[in-house]
Amino acid sequence: MAETRKENLNDRDIQVILGTLLRAGVIISMSIVLLGGIIYLVHNKGVITDYAVFKPELSKFSSIASIFKGVLTFHGDAIVQFGVLMLIFTPIARIVFALFSFLIERDYLYVLIGIIILGIITISLNGGLAH
Amino acid sequence: MSVLLFTLIVLVGALLAGFLGSLTGLGGGVIIIPLLTLGLGVDIHYAIGASIVSVIATSSGSAAAYVKEGITNIRIGMFLEIATTVGAICGAIVAVYLNPDYIAIIFGFILIFSAIMTLKKKVDHSTQDDSSKLARFFKLNGSFPDKGVTQTYAVKNVAGGFSMMLFAGTLSGLLGIGSGALKVIAMDNIMRLPFKVSTTTSNFMMGVTAAASAIVYLHRGQIDPGIAMPVCIGVLTGATVGSKVLIKTKTDKLKAVFAVVVIFLALQMIYKGLSGTM
Repeated sequence: MAETRKENLNDRDIQVILGTLLRAGVIISMSIVLLGGIIYLVHNKGVITDYAVFKPELSKFSSIASIFKGVLTFHGDAIVQFGVLMLIFTPIARIVFALFSFLIERDYLYVLIGIIILGIITISLNGGLAH
Repeated sequence: MSVLLFTLIVLVGALLAGFLGSLTGLGGGVIIIPLLTLGLGVDIHYAIGASIVSVIATSSGSAAAYVKEGITNIRIGMFLEIATTVGAICGAIVAVYLNPDYIAIIFGFILIFSAIMTLKKKVDHSTQDDSSKLARFFKLNGSFPDKGVTQTYAVKNVAGGFSMMLFAGTLSGLLGIGSGALKVIAMDNIMRLPFKVSTTTSNFMMGVTAAASAIVYLHRGQIDPGIAMPVCIGVLTGATVGSKVLIKTKTDKLKAVFAVVVIFLALQMIYKGLSGTM
């Protein structure tokens, strides 16, 4: 009985940390998007938009490396894209955290499941899939 | 149209989409895509890229609250995420080879289906019968706090639920939406989870599923900062306000009115797809 109670308490802690992690990730990345958005608008407000046809070759920030390079130039659109990247990594960080917490709980089946999900996402990080 | 005007219009549209999407349970993604494509003439590939980013923002934001309350079943969520992430990546890859007209048609049908699902009265199928070997093996049976009492539940038909999630993930990756309606079917009707657990767990899974396809979209250049920025800020803000209002108001009438609007948008998407003008 004492054992199960301890386990529940553990699960409870994990839930609270997971929730905090998700919220922090969303708040931080959306603040970056907002900041980048303001810079982008200040510099580009009069430019004419054209999104009628999908032109992937015009995309400046379509890889993680190009986003990092762009952020160093302080261009608004690069900062927005960096915020978007942080947002994408928020749920992924959640998986990494869950994986470690299952490791502490010695629930190896779910450690394996976490590794499988991260593996699938790593495959999607391979830019070649996109073309 | 100038960048400033475009940003403002999209921002207002996204605020509305997020607000209504959270009030009705449809989600912001399914509304922002028709707004961008039909209303502003944005190519559907860009609309999908922006929408998927907003799905990550809203689902992670609301999942944070649910997880803390202890209603979300993290094991079920992670187990099914294997299916949804594989599906999402496949869907995102297929999307590039698919003619935008076909994407619009599929989108329209899913939109109609989701709108009808929000109107249907939910029947609780939850069960205490823990005879499923797979559910026991994967430790999926669980409990959640309901008005101070701990409710236990058992999971049925794990393989069926897993397959349905594969399908839900594929559509999510293909169309840039959370596909919550399909996820809830898989968990409510097939796996027989209680509502509270299925809706919160579906929300929990959406972030990872959307992240998997968002990475593919990002590499393909479908996520344009100029569109993604007002869409994700607007949808997230609207959804946050919506979830606060939701607690205080009855939404039955609103759901019915909104379903009609959404079905109208869906028919227009289908018409544009069929006539080859998407």
